[in-house]
Amino acid sequence: MDEKKNIIVLKDVAKHYSMGHTIIKAVNGINLKIKEGDFVAIMGPSGSGKSTAMNLIGSLDVPTKGEIYLDNHNICHLSESDLAQVRGRKIGFIFQQFNLIPNLTAKENVMLPMIFQEVKEAEREERAQKLLETVELKERINHYPSELSGGEQQRVAIARALANDPEVILADEPTGNLDTKTGEKVMDFLNKFNEKGKTVVMVTHDNELAQGHAKIIYWLKDGKINKITKKGKSGWKSIKNGK
Amino acid sequence: MKTYFILASKNLKRKKLRSWLTLIGIFIGIAAVVSLISLGNTLKAAVNSQFDIGARDIISVQAGGVGWAGPPGSAVSTPLIEEDTNAIERIGSVEYATSRLIRTLKSEFNDKVSFISATSLPDNKRISEVFRELDISIEDLEYGRLLREGERGKIIIGNNIADGKRNGFGKDIRINDKILLNDQEFRVAGIFERKGSFTIDSVVLMSEVQLRELTNLTNEVDLISVKVKNIELIDFTKEEIEKLMRIRRNVRESEEDFTVSTPESALASVNQILLGIQIFIVIIAAISIVVGAIGIANTMATSVLERRKEIGTMKAVGARNKNIFYQFLVEAGLLGLIGGIIGVSLGIGISYLGTTSLHSFLGITTKPSIDFILIFLSLMGSFLIGAVSGIIPAMKAARENPVEAIRG
Repeated sequence: MDEKKNIIVLKDVAKHYSMGHTIIKAVNGINLKIKEGDFVAIMGPSGSGKSTAMNLIGSLDVPTKGEIYLDNHNICHLSESDLAQVRGRKIGFIFQQFNLIPNLTAKENVMLPMIFQEVKEAEREERAQKLLETVELKERINHYPSELSGGEQQRVAIARALANDPEVILADEPTGNLDTKTGEKVMDFLNKFNEKGKTVVMVTHDNELAQGHAKIIYWLKDGKINKITKKGKSGWKSIKNGK
Repeated sequence: MKTYFILASKNLKRKKLRSWLTLIGIFIGIAAVVSLISLGNTLKAAVNSQFDIGARDIISVQAGGVGWAGPPGSAVSTPLIEEDTNAIERIGSVEYATSRLIRTLKSEFNDKVSFISATSLPDNKRISEVFRELDISIEDLEYGRLLREGERGKIIIGNNIADGKRNGFGKDIRINDKILLNDQEFRVAGIFERKGSFTIDSVVLMSEVQLRELTNLTNEVDLISVKVKNIELIDFTKEEIEKLMRIRRNVRESEEDFTVSTPESALASVNQILLGIQIFIVIIAAISIVVGAIGIANTMATSVLERRKEIGTMKAVGARNKNIFYQFLVEAGLLGLIGGIIGVSLGIGISYLGTTSLHSFLGITTKPSIDFILIFLSLMGSFLIGAVSGIIPAMKAARENPVEAIRG
């Protein structure tokens, strides 16, 4: 019934870490499909495996078992360099700590992902300028991160995430370091880009934030999807219940 | 590539003081290399120009060996005597031999006392030969004339002796001025123009007989100057003189208490000393550069640890391992290059200072040879040293796991 294509598909994905003699099953058999234009939240308490899940979805990490398809390409067998290329092109990251490069200006930070995709300099400048205008930071383009407020830094990060026009924006606790008001502004931008057709995947432990913005929520517990809830006309309804 | 340089230079702006301190090794090393090469060339040119004066078919004989050590307590070796000159002149390949006295005299002028070194001229027709040997003629005189054979009470002086700023009398000596040498009055007959050579610019020439009177020497000779009949025979003649002198002075081979030198051998031994100095400085330079390189490696390794989060972020936004590698490599290279720039400037400064002091010390007029190829190569070299030192830290940075690195 849904005609939209799958952007990210996880099939029986598991990620195990060995810590001394014990094996930690951070993610243990996850199946999920994220469709184009979705606004997905991944929820769960700390230790539920949501960070690991985010790293896997963002192709920062490869699974121990299972398969991950990004835009219909299996990324599990890519070399580190190819993975970086794919990641740079298809996924835009937003971090809780903003993670801007401190010695680059706002504009240079936005230009950075384009450098790795070998975009020409004039085009890089033009696109960075436009993106910063969209996040309402036109006046701040030549400021360094230390000269920007947290909210402004996160908006630079959003502009950077959009630099290569990726399919997916992956946000890890995007409002975690911001007060409610600035957090809302950041979320407004994410919503705006989602309305324009960008897929947004947000990892959070904030129930209110997830329910306020996402359309689908995956509830993680002990490395597994415990529950999936979907926003309908009559509120949230559960479409899958964990064992 | 350009992007790496821009990113790297932005990172360098943020570097802490301790990073810059590690560059001391690099810039001392580069400064040593640059100043050594520039100054070494200047020194070599200066020394060689000193030896260029005079004919090339002249052998000189002096008492005292190279590295010769006399019996304990005796600083002076057995002097040469007039008879040695006569004996040498009888060697078949020798055209003639002349005795030379070189003595320090007390001189008075303008009521001031100074000490000068006077050289004797033969009191016979050989005087013209000696002028030829010293490569001087009437054209080399700024004022006056050359001395005639056996002319008493007259001297010719070099430009440094005439120049009031250099001669220690505080007043220029002019032609026909009277000057007291060991309390005897002399008139200046001629003044040489500036030759840029210590031997001529500081010379005082006078009659041999009169110099012997002033110094109470009857038979002693300081230097015997020997002209060979044919320049091809110069080395053969040198050996002949050595044989003769060994017999006359009753010494065995390799225990000579005299030195027989040709212009070539004198030049060679001076160049040998210069080479020794150069090797010494090269070793110092090499050690400082190695220390500097280790410093850069250390700085970069620290930098990689401090910037793990940054590396992780760069990887998250699409940086491949080689992007990270090149960025750190270029950064290390630029660090080296900055050390190199400081070193080259310092080195040029040192060679200018050194040349200036050579000027006043030797009275020579050579320019410091600032070689642009040398500067370019030093800068290239320091960039490469930096980059090579940065290879291992850059590899470490490139291999960081993005998931772990991003956490910081």
